Amino acid sequence: MSQPNTIPPTTGLLSGYDPGNFFCELTSTRPQGDGAADQKALVERLHGLDLTHLRQRAQEAENELHNLGITFTVYTERNAIDRILPFDVIPRVLTPGEWQNLEEGVVQRVAAINLFLEDIYHNQKILKDGVVPTDLVLGNINYRDFMVGMDVPCGTYAHICGIDVVRDEQGTFCVLEDNARTPSGVSYVIENRNLMLRAFPDLTELTRLRPVDNYGMMLRSAMQEIAPPVDDPQVVLLSPGIYNSAYFEHVFLAREMGVPLVEASDLVVDNERVYMRTTAGLAAVHSIYRRIDDAFLDPQVFRKDSLIGVPGLMQAYRKGNVALANAVGTGVADDKAVYAYMPRIIKYYLDQDPILPNVETHICREADALQYTLDNLDQLVVKPVGESGGYGLLVGPKSTKEEIDAFRLQLRANPSNYISQPMVSLSVAPTLTDRGIAPRHVDLRPFAITGKKTWVLPGGLSRVALREGSIVVNSSQGGGSKDTWVIEA
Amino acid sequence: MTALLSRNADNLFWLARYVERVENMARILDVTESFSRDTHNRGRGSNWMSVVQINADEEAFTALHPVADGPRVVDFYMLDASNSTSIPASLQAARENARTLRALISVELWQQINMFNAWVGNLRHEDVALPKLSRLCQQIREACQAHTGIVEGTFFRDQAWYFYSMGRVLERADQTTRLLDIKYHTLLPRVEDVGSALDVSQWNALLRAAAGYHGFRRISAGKVTPEAVVGFLLFNDSHPRSVSLCIRQLEWYVTQVRTRYGLKGCSAALEALDELRAMFDEVTAAEVLERGLHEFVDCVQQQLVRITSELTASYMSVGQPAA
Repeated sequence: MSQPNTIPPTTGLLSGYDPGNFFCELTSTRPQGDGAADQKALVERLHGLDLTHLRQRAQEAENELHNLGITFTVYTERNAIDRILPFDVIPRVLTPGEWQNLEEGVVQRVAAINLFLEDIYHNQKILKDGVVPTDLVLGNINYRDFMVGMDVPCGTYAHICGIDVVRDEQGTFCVLEDNARTPSGVSYVIENRNLMLRAFPDLTELTRLRPVDNYGMMLRSAMQEIAPPVDDPQVVLLSPGIYNSAYFEHVFLAREMGVPLVEASDLVVDNERVYMRTTAGLAAVHSIYRRIDDAFLDPQVFRKDSLIGVPGLMQAYRKGNVALANAVGTGVADDKAVYAYMPRIIKYYLDQDPILPNVETHICREADALQYTLDNLDQLVVKPVGESGGYGLLVGPKSTKEEIDAFRLQLRANPSNYISQPMVSLSVAPTLTDRGIAPRHVDLRPFAITGKKTWVLPGGLSRVALREGSIVVNSSQGGGSKDTWVIEA
Repeated sequence: MTALLSRNADNLFWLARYVERVENMARILDVTESFSRDTHNRGRGSNWMSVVQINADEEAFTALHPVADGPRVVDFYMLDASNSTSIPASLQAARENARTLRALISVELWQQINMFNAWVGNLRHEDVALPKLSRLCQQIREACQAHTGIVEGTFFRDQAWYFYSMGRVLERADQTTRLLDIKYHTLLPRVEDVGSALDVSQWNALLRAAAGYHGFRRISAGKVTPEAVVGFLLFNDSHPRSVSLCIRQLEWYVTQVRTRYGLKGCSAALEALDELRAMFDEVTAAEVLERGLHEFVDCVQQQLVRITSELTASYMSVGQPAA
């Protein structure tokens, strides 16, 4: 029985939805002419969906993730469990204007990061000019003396960058964190889109979306651009292997790039050149997208006790016989302490104001900032520098007095290990929960690829904190993801 | 021409072998179960034990189980993932290899084996009860055949496919020799049974386990003799699981990777293959039975092991990081 299309129902999927004072990625008003019509059409279509039916489709989508093995692995003492990154079926939408701002901001930031890395491994002008404290850079655990004086192809160090941004109550995007080592999550961006296209053709047909499926080809091109000058350079992806929690992503990217997925034991260095062991004998390798940390690349140079790694790799790298992405030693640039100086770093190298501001940051190594932090612990988020994964941080407004007091001791004992920020009222997006559609906090990680030039994948990974009120979006801490739609201009 | 990592060649070879093992194990359990249901066979209790013997698991099995009855043997091979020859263990190994190969194989191939493994890994004791066993074995066989079909329909025909194919036919040859070796001895005719309905049904069961029943019918005009069945499973050039056909296919795949992809080395494997083929060219089924089936089969198995280790050394060995 078919019914004529009538006015939208007064009760629908989003009836009880209330984002409160937070900026809502779906329902907050956008400027006229900036994708507002697409936004309205999508809201109306979602509103017309039935909750039971939506749940059923969400369940099917999650089953599909399991069946396809789009999983990350969690290790317990007894066994390994393949978990999916929970997927929320309601997309997060970026208008053409919002995306243009983000894209320009990311390109600017990546340019500054690369210039900064070039400088600190060569003339160190920024240190001599006193813009960034010398000990913060040279004393950083991720600073690699090995890289001093070495030139890298195209002057690019951070070939793959993930810039984490959040949005405040006014809808302003701010950078929360830079990821310049081996940012992960891009496979979910592309698989989430594939999943949406299959599971919700009625939504995806509504509006023209910027595609995301050429990431692999762009990455491969960049890897070839930075390779030594040979015909048809051989690119490989170097993974720690199937026991790495991000193994699915390594598989995914190798497949999308159409290059071999190698492990350290597949590679061998002879006469300062890198080869892989193939059925036909040793075959030359020119460009390595490595998904292993600096410390495990070459036991001759870094961790001498390491059983993994490729002995001699660094020597081949120094000779320019092989390219590595990301370059060695990029960890200085995404350190949470260096992050605090990024606006000044951008100004210093590019003579521009940052397009994407930082979240206000207090550097606890500085006396004033430490005092301010100690006085306002209940208002601030305090983060250890050099950590990742959402561990070891204090979320003041959500902590008990006992937790705050315990943290105060830690902070006093080692102030230079911490930065503090006001708690940003992260934007929310409507999310399917056990109790219907409810607002949940989201962030965004756009991915930038840089060979000769920088290209930004439209959108990025939207992570969502599935627990009510939570602002921690990490997958290890109960986070999920959403498909991120950039509306075509 | 794209390169193939030695490690991946090894994964492909073993992916095929493990899936082939799963299919074969399901065939053997199915036939053994239906055979034991036949009232004529009561009293010939060594039936289930022969499954254990085929896999050379006597020691491991008897350490866990006092007797080799149906439920215990079925549990051992259907549920016990710590038993390396069980269906869940082989499937897990196949899935691990496939997981390593995900960048090389089709999404369908990976998805099917991932779901297959999850299904089998979740089977419980009540799912494998004898009355349900035949149906379950059929489902497992069909899942293996779905795998083979997906390979046929989606596998990119580069060197990777040849290494996969080598593993498949090599394992098939090995499984057929095992089946023949054990079953022949447990079925050795007792004088009073020769030519009886019982005798014939037992040989038919063996043919069914090797998926050769109908093919055998077509060529042997109803004469079911030990010699004819042994000849069919060892020498027939049309039966897809005959040892001789598998060896010819193996030789072809090895030759192809050498000529098409210019892979060097491995002359030792080709020599072993030559010797093996010569063994088959020189004797008849009657002569094999006369000189001793077990000795012949044992010799074939040794050659297969030698071929595997030569292929591994030449193409598939995984490098160790230099000290």
